[in-house]
Amino acid sequence: MPPPRTRGTALRHRLAELRGPDVPAKALDARALAALAANPGCKRRAILDGAGVNKAVLADALGSPSAFGQSQFAFMRGNAFEARVKADGGAELLRLVHEKLDAGAEPPTRARVPKLDAIGPEGRAARTALALREATEAAAWTLLDHPMLALDVAGSPAFLEPDAVVVHPDGSWTVVEIKSFPMLDGSADPAKVGAAARQSAVYVLALEEVAAKLDPAPRVRHRVLLVCPKDFSNLPTASAVDVRKQRAVTGRQLARLTRIEDIADTLPEGTCFAPDRPTAELTAAVESVPAAYAPECLAACELAFHCRDHSRASGAVTSLGRSLRAELGDLTTVDEVLSAAHGESGDPDDPAVAALRRAAELRAEALESAAAPRPEEAPCL
Amino acid sequence: MSLISTLARLEAVHSGRAQPTATVRHRHLSEHPLVLVPLTTAGEAGAPLGALVGTDRDAPRLLVVPQPRDRDLRFAFLAELADVVLPYIDTFADDVEAAERNETDPETGKRVKVEVELCADAPQLIVPSRAGIELVRLLGRSMRFRRTAEQDPETPHPAPPRVPLLGRWLTHFGERARVPGSALLLALTEVLGRHWATGQSSLEDQHLAALLAWIDPPDGVSGAEAALDAELRRDARGQLVCPPAGPATDPAFDNKLLAPAIERYDRARTALAAAEDGLEADDRLGELTAAEREIRSLVESVTRPTWDAVWHGLDLLRALPEGAHAVDRWTRDRWSFTGHRDRIVAGEPPQPRRDDAVTAANKLATREREQARLDAQEALDDPLVMAGRRLAGEAFAGEVIDVVMAYSEGKSPRPRPLVTVRTDDRPHLGERVKVFRSLGGKPQSAEFVGHEEDGALIVLRVVDKMGRGKEPETGSLPEKGDRICFTLFEHEQRGGAKLPDQEETPWTHGGPPGEESAVQESADPVTEEDVL
Repeated sequence: MPPPRTRGTALRHRLAELRGPDVPAKALDARALAALAANPGCKRRAILDGAGVNKAVLADALGSPSAFGQSQFAFMRGNAFEARVKADGGAELLRLVHEKLDAGAEPPTRARVPKLDAIGPEGRAARTALALREATEAAAWTLLDHPMLALDVAGSPAFLEPDAVVVHPDGSWTVVEIKSFPMLDGSADPAKVGAAARQSAVYVLALEEVAAKLDPAPRVRHRVLLVCPKDFSNLPTASAVDVRKQRAVTGRQLARLTRIEDIADTLPEGTCFAPDRPTAELTAAVESVPAAYAPECLAACELAFHCRDHSRASGAVTSLGRSLRAELGDLTTVDEVLSAAHGESGDPDDPAVAALRRAAELRAEALESAAAPRPEEAPCL
Repeated sequence: MSLISTLARLEAVHSGRAQPTATVRHRHLSEHPLVLVPLTTAGEAGAPLGALVGTDRDAPRLLVVPQPRDRDLRFAFLAELADVVLPYIDTFADDVEAAERNETDPETGKRVKVEVELCADAPQLIVPSRAGIELVRLLGRSMRFRRTAEQDPETPHPAPPRVPLLGRWLTHFGERARVPGSALLLALTEVLGRHWATGQSSLEDQHLAALLAWIDPPDGVSGAEAALDAELRRDARGQLVCPPAGPATDPAFDNKLLAPAIERYDRARTALAAAEDGLEADDRLGELTAAEREIRSLVESVTRPTWDAVWHGLDLLRALPEGAHAVDRWTRDRWSFTGHRDRIVAGEPPQPRRDDAVTAANKLATREREQARLDAQEALDDPLVMAGRRLAGEAFAGEVIDVVMAYSEGKSPRPRPLVTVRTDDRPHLGERVKVFRSLGGKPQSAEFVGHEEDGALIVLRVVDKMGRGKEPETGSLPEKGDRICFTLFEHEQRGGAKLPDQEETPWTHGGPPGEESAVQESADPVTEEDVL
């Protein structure tokens, strides 16, 4: 059941207020969604992304500018490679899809490449859905170049633009992700492949929403095609990547995101993230939503430096890494841990405290013995 | 991360300075390392932009590719790099000492000792960060299959002489760097991170300048402030004051400074090519030289701070005394170096793109064995590392409070004395578990007999290293009042089961290499739009 229209309008109105008057909304992309899903506990990111706040501009206004940026060399190379892959009506791309994913089907000779132009993201998403339906009915190789997909994220729609979606003759759909990092002797940087897989998983989820509206619902393949330059050349090569796991994880995390209206309701009246507000006011607004900072944010969120400053200032141990929390039990700040370790506070029966004290003792003993000259024969004492 | 190093990180936050996580240096450092600070072009696979390289901290050699997409300029860069790296490697190849190695005699099948050469020292490459090691591997891969005009007169785009050889050496260095504890190719951030804990996360520690700021902050500034400054401060032009240690460059540098400079260079080159007479060409050559000089100075401006930081880091590491076993691992590096030298001299083909089953299994076994060896040796060399093992229940230290003579049963009874140790540690000891202590550098083993006083006393039965006599040799047993330390892990690693020869690869692993593998691997094909 769709929620009553009034409620949706009210939320949209509220989010526009948060963004500030006359500030255009920044659309969520798959990369941002994957990052959001990687840190589902972060309400700050959820509300800012949900409201379409441009976090890079906000970070500048807060005085902790983000360090993201793309080199124009990488940008040019990426574009040139994608154009090459899709050249000639996508012949090469479809050949790769056929070879890697659907070798049993008839080889693609001439692919249909429907036009997907429309006005606005909603229009393009509708156009894409129509093209997908037609292609599925036609049961022929079809390449959708930069389609637009809509996905409901924590109560607000996100529009996603995969590099390409291919419709197979059997009516199933495949997500294609084109990246410009090389596949060297058949293997690529696992970190980059992982990021691409998480991003593709978001597209798979969004495609599944489109598919669910058709009858019979076409199959969205869970093996996506990752296209990369081969070795040191500019020639495309591809590999099928199974994203079932990433799809399940991302789907679960997105479902877990606190509904944006719930977060919005906790904000004080008049909260606004418009970058033209005074810094003090903006800082107060940002601080009114709790964040879950961890060092991984530095690679994924424009506000990371701001959150890091505050996390460090409050002495949170997670600013040194999430894994630290695991062995420290209830102790969450640096001062708490150190005072427990030195026997000034904490319950000695708590296993975490006992282990800390023992660790502190052993460390002090070892440092002391190393400082004093030691006999040759007992290096370990 | 163990709780002890977690604690060290928290202490670093509290004190504003990095805290030691090692009391000795666990890697051998050469007297004359070759430092390499490379930069690559964003978005291109292994397209070098430039590098600072050399063994003299005051006089690095600057190598620059003014247009990274130009294949000829790239080859010129690699040839220059070969001119620096290969002579450096050669200085170690000729100085040898005699050594012995066990080999299987092909006729009798017996193990015999063979006299072989072992290089007296080995080259050592230092790069700023982990990504630098990956780039060394990548450069090695991009060069080793190339052909020179001499090897193959028909080859299109022949590589300059020595470039394929450099590729083979860089591949060897990159491959060796995957062996735990090896020191032929070191990433400085990793070595520093092994010895100090900073008040930031290990992710942030990958920034060399920030890491150094924590370890050795300038006077009057805390490590935290200095690290933040190193990470983020930009000058009036929006450029980072401490440029990233590479090989990736800062996008702001690419977009604001490098891209316009490369564009000017391209324009000057096109203009020169279009020059109609000598006089005009002279003028335009001047412009081209000026454009190239500008790119050179740009590249130098972002590599020099890293170059200086690398040497600063080496100074800090050199101030630590070398761990006793580091030289043992360096000897293994020398063997590795000598082995590759011999393969090249013997004219063997370059390392294949993919290892065969036997080689791959051997490599994995070596890495596992060396990891275990490294873990054991670091603990034996360093009380702080041993403290971590004690906390984990893998070792215990304490005072000997009793030694009782006892003998084994049987025809000729052997001494099996019982030693009681009082300890605060709580090792995970099961029945008859073997424990080891270092006796004159050799491990002496004992068996766990039992606990007393609720675990505070541990009774052990010493089983070896007491000589052949009925009475244990003097000094072979601990005495009452001695402080001793036993480990539950073995001190020396035994080699695993021997794998079959390549020709006898079982069918489960693809069978023996066929004829196709005898054909030399071809170079990567060159295509029109190829940027390399």
